[in-house]
Amino acid sequence: MRIRVDPEKCQGHARCYGLAPELFDVDDYGLSTVIGDGSVPPELEGRARLAIANCPEYAIEELQD
Amino acid sequence: MSEAPPVSHWDTDFDVLDPGYVTDPFSIWDDLRRSCPVAHTDRRGSTWLPTRYQDVVDLAHDIDHFSSTQISVIPFNGVPRDQPVLQYGLPPISADPPLHTWTRRLLLPWFSHRRVDGYEAMTRALCSELVDGFVNTGGTDAARDYAQQIPVRVIASILGVPSSLSDTFTGWVRDILEFADDPERRQHGAEGLINFFVAELERRKTEPGDDLLSDLLHSEFDGAPVETSVVLGVAALVLIAGVDTTWSAIGSSLWHLATQPDDRARLVADPDAMPLAVEELLRAYSPVTMARLVTEDVEFEGCPMKAGDKVLMNFPGANRDPEVFEDAERVVLDRELNRHVAFGSGIHRCAGSNLARMELRVALEEWLVRIPEFRLADGAEVTWAGGQVRGPRSIPVVFP
Repeated sequence: MRIRVDPEKCQGHARCYGLAPELFDVDDYGLSTVIGDGSVPPELEGRARLAIANCPEYAIEELQD
Repeated sequence: MSEAPPVSHWDTDFDVLDPGYVTDPFSIWDDLRRSCPVAHTDRRGSTWLPTRYQDVVDLAHDIDHFSSTQISVIPFNGVPRDQPVLQYGLPPISADPPLHTWTRRLLLPWFSHRRVDGYEAMTRALCSELVDGFVNTGGTDAARDYAQQIPVRVIASILGVPSSLSDTFTGWVRDILEFADDPERRQHGAEGLINFFVAELERRKTEPGDDLLSDLLHSEFDGAPVETSVVLGVAALVLIAGVDTTWSAIGSSLWHLATQPDDRARLVADPDAMPLAVEELLRAYSPVTMARLVTEDVEFEGCPMKAGDKVLMNFPGANRDPEVFEDAERVVLDRELNRHVAFGSGIHRCAGSNLARMELRVALEEWLVRIPEFRLADGAEVTWAGGQVRGPRSIPVVFP
């Protein structure tokens, strides 16, 4: 599983960071980014899906390789 | 307060200051969502009230038709005296791009995750000290003596102004938001707050400190110092927005736990449940409603909105929409699917949301670890404030 944050949609709610700090970082202006290339270890896939489902801006997407 | 005639039809004549609405808006929104999802009133000017999640989100994102230049849920009824010192309003909340964009960037680093982590120890010590004051007395007012005391002191510390003036700050903010229907009180609060910040900023021109006010005063935009009236507006916003919003969220949460013993016991037994619980309490008791100004005639969901109308961004009502939230009317502390918009949606997402979340979590943690058992006092009269910010103003509780 790979994910990305759309910087055009992210408004800095930081719900992803709260749910899965292993997968996301947030900068000083609230913009969330994925850590590394967005690859999600199997044991964190559930939390990645929670982050996707809780983002109020629909800014996180799963990449289809 | 003005004497308003009672509401007979919520779809065509709603009143956000109606006592029944302030106490229990949820059943009114539920009825409207089914019968007339975008309600209207001519009280305090032509105003629309959406109640569905998707409508509120769509409105928040259409910044071309729905401007933030009038965000007050209750318009100023009196004759406003000239306040040239606030010619830019309270940016970024009361601004559209481009003013919104660059003033917001001045503010955001002060409320980033990293900064907010640094405010946590101070917040915890403050909460603990407040609990010390009543833990052995068998009861207290959880709103007045606890919730109300926390955010104002934290925000004063961030701004760099004396927390010993917190009661004064709270009074001004209540005058502006809670008693907004009373022009004299609102004027009194606005003048007090503005005059205070004018003096504080003047002092920092020669004696800068390591605080938000000094940082704003010495910041630049496009290579030039930021105008003092912009600095003043941003500073006033931080105090106004940082006080009774979070106080209301803490108060509503404590009221919930005082009246729902199962939820209280669950949080006491499992502190790890707190992060999800905080999001759920924010969803269920979202305090803040902001307004938007319609910039040109537009039809929205069949409603003929006219330029100059207002729309109330009913984030609290959106968060109770059963189309989006299963068992929307119930507080489910471990709710995992919770795309709530308590902090708004789109470019005006609450700039202080990280701080508010931390304050709510720490306030509940420090209370529950010292006072794990509590309930409403017998015959307690819980009072609520509404309008722009909804939350309890008095919650008499008792504990062993």
